[in-house]
Amino acid sequence: MLNYVYQLSSPKIISVKYKDIDIRDKVIVRPNYLALCHADQRYYQGKRDAKILRKKLPMALIHECCGVVVYDATKTFKKGQKVVMVPNVPGKECEGIYENYAEGSQFLSSGTDGFMRELIDLPSDRVIAYDDIDDRIAAITEFISVGMHAFSRFEKIAHDYREKIGIWGDGSLAYIVACILKYSCPNSKIIVVGKNVNKLNQFSFVDETHLVDSLDENFSIDHAFECAGGEGSFFAIDDIIKYIKPQGTVMLMGVSENKVAINTRDILEKGLTFVGSSRSGREDFQRAVKFMENKSVQRRLKTIVFEDEPVKDLVDIHRVFANDLNTEFKTVFKWDI
Amino acid sequence: MIFGAILAGGKGSRMGIDKPKQFLMLGEKPILIHTLEKFLLCEKIDELYVGVHPDWMDYAQDLLDKYMNENNTIVLVSGGKDRNSTIFNIVEEIEKKHGESEEHIIVTHDSVRPFVTHRIINDNIEKAIQYGACDTVLEAADTIVVSQNGEEISEIPERNKMFQGQTPQSFKMSLLKKLYCDLSEEEKNILTDACKICVVRNVPVKLVKGEVSNFKITTMSDFKIAKAMVMEE
Repeated sequence: MLNYVYQLSSPKIISVKYKDIDIRDKVIVRPNYLALCHADQRYYQGKRDAKILRKKLPMALIHECCGVVVYDATKTFKKGQKVVMVPNVPGKECEGIYENYAEGSQFLSSGTDGFMRELIDLPSDRVIAYDDIDDRIAAITEFISVGMHAFSRFEKIAHDYREKIGIWGDGSLAYIVACILKYSCPNSKIIVVGKNVNKLNQFSFVDETHLVDSLDENFSIDHAFECAGGEGSFFAIDDIIKYIKPQGTVMLMGVSENKVAINTRDILEKGLTFVGSSRSGREDFQRAVKFMENKSVQRRLKTIVFEDEPVKDLVDIHRVFANDLNTEFKTVFKWDI
Repeated sequence: MIFGAILAGGKGSRMGIDKPKQFLMLGEKPILIHTLEKFLLCEKIDELYVGVHPDWMDYAQDLLDKYMNENNTIVLVSGGKDRNSTIFNIVEEIEKKHGESEEHIIVTHDSVRPFVTHRIINDNIEKAIQYGACDTVLEAADTIVVSQNGEEISEIPERNKMFQGQTPQSFKMSLLKKLYCDLSEEEKNILTDACKICVVRNVPVKLVKGEVSNFKITTMSDFKIAKAMVMEE
């Protein structure tokens, strides 16, 4: 079958690649709603290193997507089943190593084509069914699964003193981590530290919010999730090291294009554990779907989702990327191309 | 029920080569197989029929056996002397199996348009259900010139009213059958396009937006373009 793949060939230029795909051993999914991630926007705007752009483009963007099964040679899913798709392509299997970090693993929309395609062909273990979730929310399942992955690692690594858990950042990632922590750790105080008052107001369900420049000297937390990324990484990590109690665990989740200087002296002195957490695997997706079946969670997530007009042609793709720049949280859109 | 009717009755004489063009390899598969697969992946289509020239029935069956999953039921039907008679051979076959019904929709498509999209097929089904008949078209990019004698221009219509016809063309099967049976033999010889039958009988035919890439592989140049599109050349 000749599939239409909408590739970013160079910044802000999308062209169609016609790719012959074999449907005989795959699940074929028609994308329904897609969601943008900062990583997509960085590629689209050409804000990645020129060397990286040269290496990775042309490539179809987007790794957050829900869809409908239109064909399944593996007989795992029925036609019409709503599904979300795991963009991680597992590498070498190795016990104790998560699939998203395994050697040789790949990621759709980072070096290989993402979900901006007419139809998506995947092995059945990369497809997860859902039923009772609003499609526009299901579109961001990958994003939730990244939070789920970080939380499950945190659960295994962090010590049990969890009276206060701090989150640095006030964007979408901080929001979903706050959601997950609030629902999963009912005995902990969830505290969000951010820079933007309006964005912090969105975190109505957490126990405390603070502006980063008004933290009290006595402020402290047991563990922290760094969800700032970018230029904010340095300041967030520095603050966390300052305010965290000894032997706390710091989950690093924000992506930074530049190297970040870290106060190792205080890390050593406090005996802190830093855990890099990125992407997710099948199990995290399953946890995310279960989590999102909760209607209250869906209502919370709805408040950070901006639904743009459907994409019907190439011009609409550019419109969505442009509108996303003016959106504070997540942009989702129907894929009608 | 919704039926796909792939028209592969051509003998390929325009190509100047032996094999009908729908059987030529494009990438790893024959053109016909690409087209069939796109229809198979449309979840709304219940059954798929292919009208093939009688001489090429065995060959077509061999291709289906080789390239298609055994679970995919595709019914081969012997083609007629022209496009419409092939369609009505398929209609006859469908009704033999499923009986007549006002609910039956038939989505007819040229086998040599393998770049048809999932969206185009779905839009066809939607419009055929809602309005009874629809045609896939593309806004004319070039100025269309009318010449009555082939030597001089008789008219230049406004370009924004001009569209190029593609396929699929989709219909309520009962409506199409009624109109076709109503035609005289002479009319049947002239009205070779199914949408035209509707138009001359004042039955509205709705438009579905096509794609430039949904072109018909008719000539060797078209075939070369198609190969280049799938990065073969």
